[in-house]
Amino acid sequence: MSRRETLSRSALKLPAIVSLFIWSVIPLLMTLWFSFRRYNLMEPDRTGFDGFGNYRYLLSDPSLAMAIGNTVLLVASVLVITVGLGTLLAVLYDQVFFGRGIARVLVLAPFFIMPTVSALIWKNMMMHPDYGFIAFLMRSVGLKPIDWFAVAPLTSIIIIVSWQWLPFAVLTLLTSVQSLDSERKEAARMDGAGPVAIFRYILLPHLGRAISATVMIETIFLLGIFAEIYVTTSGGPGFASTNLSFLIYRYALLEYDVGGASVAGLVAIVLANILAFFLMRSFARNLDL
Amino acid sequence: MVLEKLITAFTLILLAGSQLCAQTTITIATVNNGDMIVMQRLAKQFEQQHPDIHLDWVILEEKILREKTTTDAAAHGGQFDVVTIGPLEAPIWGRRGWLLPLEGKLSPGYDLNDLLKPIRDGASDSGHLYALPFYAESSLTYYRKDLFRRAGLTMPAQPTYEDIARFARTLNDPVHDLSGICLRGKPGWGENMAYISTVANTFGGRWFDEAWRPQFDSPEWHTAVSFYINLLQKYGPPGSSSNGFNESLTLFENGRCAMWIDATVAAGTLSDARQSKVASTVGFAPAPIGVTPHGSQWLWFWALGVPSSSKHSEAALKFIEWATSKEYIQLVAQTNGWAAIPPGTRESTYQLPQYLASAPFAELTYHSIMAADPLHPTEKPVPYTGIQCIVIPSFPTIGNQVGQLIAAALVGSMSVDEALHKAQLATERVERHTGLLH
Amino acid sequence: MLSKKLRWKLLMTALGWAVALVIAFPVCWLVLTSFKSETEAISRIPHLFFHATLESYIVVQERTTYFHFAWNSVVVAIGSTILALAAAIPCSYAMAFMPTKRTRDTLLWMLSTKMMPSVGVLVPIYLIYRETDLLDTRTGLLLINALLNLPIVVWMLYTFFKEVPREVLEAARMDGASPLRELYDLLLPLAMPGIVSTSLLAIILAWNEAFWSLTLTAAKAAPLTAFIASFSSPEGLFYSKLSAASTMAIAPIVILGWLSQKQLVRGLTFGAVK
Repeated sequence: MSRRETLSRSALKLPAIVSLFIWSVIPLLMTLWFSFRRYNLMEPDRTGFDGFGNYRYLLSDPSLAMAIGNTVLLVASVLVITVGLGTLLAVLYDQVFFGRGIARVLVLAPFFIMPTVSALIWKNMMMHPDYGFIAFLMRSVGLKPIDWFAVAPLTSIIIIVSWQWLPFAVLTLLTSVQSLDSERKEAARMDGAGPVAIFRYILLPHLGRAISATVMIETIFLLGIFAEIYVTTSGGPGFASTNLSFLIYRYALLEYDVGGASVAGLVAIVLANILAFFLMRSFARNLDL
Repeated sequence: MVLEKLITAFTLILLAGSQLCAQTTITIATVNNGDMIVMQRLAKQFEQQHPDIHLDWVILEEKILREKTTTDAAAHGGQFDVVTIGPLEAPIWGRRGWLLPLEGKLSPGYDLNDLLKPIRDGASDSGHLYALPFYAESSLTYYRKDLFRRAGLTMPAQPTYEDIARFARTLNDPVHDLSGICLRGKPGWGENMAYISTVANTFGGRWFDEAWRPQFDSPEWHTAVSFYINLLQKYGPPGSSSNGFNESLTLFENGRCAMWIDATVAAGTLSDARQSKVASTVGFAPAPIGVTPHGSQWLWFWALGVPSSSKHSEAALKFIEWATSKEYIQLVAQTNGWAAIPPGTRESTYQLPQYLASAPFAELTYHSIMAADPLHPTEKPVPYTGIQCIVIPSFPTIGNQVGQLIAAALVGSMSVDEALHKAQLATERVERHTGLLH
Repeated sequence: MLSKKLRWKLLMTALGWAVALVIAFPVCWLVLTSFKSETEAISRIPHLFFHATLESYIVVQERTTYFHFAWNSVVVAIGSTILALAAAIPCSYAMAFMPTKRTRDTLLWMLSTKMMPSVGVLVPIYLIYRETDLLDTRTGLLLINALLNLPIVVWMLYTFFKEVPREVLEAARMDGASPLRELYDLLLPLAMPGIVSTSLLAIILAWNEAFWSLTLTAAKAAPLTAFIASFSSPEGLFYSKLSAASTMAIAPIVILGWLSQKQLVRGLTFGAVK
């Protein structure tokens, strides 16, 4: 390749790479710098270096371990639910039936809803122990309504987030199901394979690529889940539904502790990158990059 | 002729244009509570009186508003010319130089001495006033006179918590969707902790001793929190741990609570038959006391201040004077009725015969506010000021964590002992980090 | 006696519709609630049939200028998408057709920047925006949305470009076309469906972005996410008004999403599914 071409190649890539580099590196460096300083917005007089003070402060936070655990649990549960249900629904919406187009459109709806709005809907109109629709259903069959956000806070968040991301999984997996050529299915059926066998031995392997793409993209967004918690439980009761994003938020905007928030931010970045490393490697392999 | 008309029209447009250019736009950040929505609507009159001032509104829910205005004030972002703040922000921000001190800047006609003393004190720091109070509140006991009568109970002129527990037990009727008592359970320093602080105070407790050691493992806090949780678990509505002021208000309005202890500001809504199903039967009593009257009722206000980073402070000052004046109160009375006026800020309000006649809760509100003493909030001596809102910068941090732990005890995921012990440790940890405790 | 095939179809119809209705129910409920009065909205026995009223919509419209917020959302969503495309198209093109050893690592690095927790860098960004006078400007919000979406846009375009048969481009290169001409004359028309679906996703993501739009704007540049925050949890009854405001905020994007469902499908899968 000539020098001219190398040059023009770099020039083409430059705007995107440089802007992303600035966007990620400058705040990261500032975060690193703040993490060693006394810096609380509410106490402008207390400044200066604090050595590892912020680090000790964060590590002594009893909610840190819970937040990491909750983050992993939240991401993993939502992935299992959306991919699992998504696969089944993809097969369902691949069948020919009356009004399939409209039904598909309805299934997609949650994906377009702002996270804050969907959290508000679930909190006020679905899961509220008094006015919620679920409470109404439970009462009408003679059960005592569940106080969702008190009794099962993290589960409630997982339900809301899964509802939001299920359409995405259905969408991607459905496209993949549709691309499976029917001749192969037909051939298998001729050989006497039942629907379960076809699903297990033909469809699932075919879906591998789509599943890894879904897992990859969902993970990126699920690690940063925040609005749903903010609107519904504020991380509680206790710290039962605090994840890392919410922990950082608590430090930064409820406590105005920029130093502490910076350390928590660094922890989140490290955790995200560990996860990303494994996920992206396998994703990249599946996509033949 | 046509040309002449064109020239006239053109000149008029130019004039209008220059008028627009001379206009100052001020941005007002406020909470989406009813009284502020009324203010926004009536502010059209302010704009008519001051054609050179244009108002831009940022109206957000309390939590988000506080985050935005605090970030802006601390970082001198200069996004707002008027901010709506409470007893925690006004003195601390004022001390930091984030707010314009108001003495000498107000017009001579503005009657500063008419402001209620506890409120004016709360908005000041070392004698400097930093914000003008828009409305203020203390806490009251609301109860259903009809249910009390039917059960043969009478609410004493000053109920005790023993009385309250007895009434709640008698009146609690879950089969008919009636709870004996509704209280705040939603975690947060301004939510459950506002109420729980008053319970702890009146049972003889305090947040910190003179050396800033937290007092959550004291017997007083233990009694108070156990009492609160017991009461709410036995006689409270379902989902108490997510009920704040608003949720409880809705419950009481719909006849779902026999009693409710919360902000005085609810009295107006509860007496309004358009919104409240219990308007004709709601009764009012002072907040209950435990072993001491000290700190048994809280004190809160929303006030308007001008950030020192504002580039249009003169116009902003004109606006906050207008919105907190006696004339504004008259204006609300004319347009929305007497029960809707912003309460709790001025002596003169409580001398208006029309107001006293149309608001049966007015005098009780006034006495509750005047009895609240944020400078001496508890029976035992303390190093801080503020009854349910301790005026130190790290209070939100501490209050939120303690609030979460007590909510966890309320839903039964930990014991009261465990919650208070954890609260003690968490508070010590924060205090060491912020240098309050060594 | 129904044929086996028809019975299967009927069964699938019932199942397919049941699932669809359950999933869409919360959204439908939101829209229904927006037409109720406040007291009906919190009724414990939900009214399916009620006296529909536009009261809440009128109140919402009286209190705030919906179109001001909506216009900000439109400008930010579309502007940020155009900006992201402008930076991403040349980059993805270079990566897809002139790959190096580092291309894969660059792509992975780009995607990993999306994992940075926004709230963790709030203060740095806020200070930078204050210094550059970008606070409460549409430009500022547009810029941050473009940066947030850039990695996804680059990645998606890269996979779309890779699907374009190489022979077409090589023929053009033989004719001596410059890389830029090659990009604009040949590649863009071929990859148009991919670009459309990428843009759609970027628009949806920017429209729904809440954290930065709430923290970096005040009165002038506030988009619809801030509009909703002015109706959530005030003192007093608010379900119906909140539902009306939410319906107004999500309507444009839901309609856009439904209209463009097919194009979106391809985009969402990063071309992983053919």
